[in-house]
Amino acid sequence: MGMTISQKILAAHTNRDFIEAGELINCKLDVVLGNDVTAPVAIAEFHKLGLKKVFDQDSVVLVPDHFTPNKDIKSAEQCKIMREFAKEYSIKNYFEIGQMGIEHCLLPEKGLVGPGDLIIGADSHTCTYGALGAFATGVGSTDMAAAMATGEAWFKVPESIKFIYKGKTPRWVGGKDFILHAIGDIGVDGARYMSMEFTGEAISSLSMDNRFSMANMAIEAGAKNGIIAADDITMDYIKGRVKRPYKVYHSDPDAVYARTIEYDVSSMEPVVAFPHLPENTRPVSQATDVFIDQVVIGSCTNGRIEDLEAAASILKGHKVHSEIRVIILPGTQAIYLEAMRRGFVEIFIEAGAIVSTPTCGPCLGGHMGILAKGEKALATTNRNFVGRMGHPESEVYLCNPAVAAASAIKGKITPPWEVL
Amino acid sequence: MRFTGKVYKFGNNIDTDAIIPARYLNTFDPQELARHCMEDADADFPNKVKPGDIIVAEKNFGCGSSREHAPIAIIGAGVSCVIAHSFARIFYRNAINTGLPILESPEAAEAINEGDELEVELETGRIHNLRTGEIYQAAPFPDFMQGIIAKGGLINYVKDKEQ
Repeated sequence: MGMTISQKILAAHTNRDFIEAGELINCKLDVVLGNDVTAPVAIAEFHKLGLKKVFDQDSVVLVPDHFTPNKDIKSAEQCKIMREFAKEYSIKNYFEIGQMGIEHCLLPEKGLVGPGDLIIGADSHTCTYGALGAFATGVGSTDMAAAMATGEAWFKVPESIKFIYKGKTPRWVGGKDFILHAIGDIGVDGARYMSMEFTGEAISSLSMDNRFSMANMAIEAGAKNGIIAADDITMDYIKGRVKRPYKVYHSDPDAVYARTIEYDVSSMEPVVAFPHLPENTRPVSQATDVFIDQVVIGSCTNGRIEDLEAAASILKGHKVHSEIRVIILPGTQAIYLEAMRRGFVEIFIEAGAIVSTPTCGPCLGGHMGILAKGEKALATTNRNFVGRMGHPESEVYLCNPAVAAASAIKGKITPPWEVL
Repeated sequence: MRFTGKVYKFGNNIDTDAIIPARYLNTFDPQELARHCMEDADADFPNKVKPGDIIVAEKNFGCGSSREHAPIAIIGAGVSCVIAHSFARIFYRNAINTGLPILESPEAAEAINEGDELEVELETGRIHNLRTGEIYQAAPFPDFMQGIIAKGGLINYVKDKEQ
């Protein structure tokens, strides 16, 4: 009996040749991540252990990205806890304002995560790094604290669902649509406790930025991780970034899967998820009667350069609808700079959008675009739960950047082909 | 551990934004978080919940973010135990790690109603509905997790190991 790629990575990190789904194992970790919401809780727990150092000061990564630049005094205090901890414990990979970005855009960009790695992060979207062929999963602050101390974490070896995306990808469809389609199909707990393994010709031809969007939202189906085996596209991306050794894993031909699900992407449209769950999906052409108040383009799901490129290609020469606020958040400083160099920032501002410094901000209803009662936002983010972007009686619709940009022009949910 | 309390019943997919909205995540003080516990699912919950009360929910309780503020808020509100048809993965882990007793029982989640009085025995997973007299059996924790619970949470468990 063979192993899946997820099982192989876990086995390698617990020094075993073979492990099975359901086993409880203790593993050595390559990276332990926290942010300004979760790390302060972890730091308080870590201090209870009375240790003078973390297990490896190069493997702990701290990114103040949720409520930064500090949105209020309490957030400033949280960030201060993290900043002082980083200094006291000589954490090399602490990213101050000016260097930081949205954590799940930043870590791959900086080469801190690579194929075959085992990563935990005190943030549910840590699963993003599965796009590089790593096993990456979100945990809570106490798990992060214990991992900072020991460099280890316990796992229940997950079963896997294999997703095969067949066919040629149509224009305006990408990773965001592939993953929303899957969540709409299996539901928000359809992969609970499991691995989602993405394969097929449509994945092989998918760019890294699109792969990150896909793996990012595995958690929205309840999954422990989402993963795409590393290939030439991955190697091109990590070249010059990942400085430490890495290893490429593939699932065995006789690996056992709980389910195998096939999709033909050739007839797929961009997907919109309606309130208040990511599983409430519809093709964009069946979503066009929704008038919106705000558009958000950014987040750890869709704040990368290709996302901004897609939005810019549509907004170029157009004006944002007069009754819509459009907020664009490049994921990192490097992405921001690249967007400036390529003229995207000018396109956005001339269209009437605002361009913000990198932050999670409105995605989780933190700051930089909170909704009032009854307002509706169309966002390239990852969650549309009740109250996610503000008032409990506001609404969030999820989509890809091209749909968001086209809708910003029309003032209601609009397919990209109706604008270009 | 044995708990007796009144039931507050919730539906499917109660996410961590409903348990503790992100707008309150600029602190991790349990009492402050408790004042907003479950407020986007039931705005009156923080006012009416009493120490020892029990949350019963349907599928996928705690889905969404990894915020440990969710179990911390529930503990802060004085809730003794959460029973659900099923729990989201990260919430399940966080509950064990922070010492919030949880039990998974589809039968209990379906049969128990708002306002019922329950007696719950954590070690055996026995749930007794004092209003109806019905008894439901939840799966007890795997040995590995019982070890963490016995030590009073993950940090104590690690502390023991380090020594």
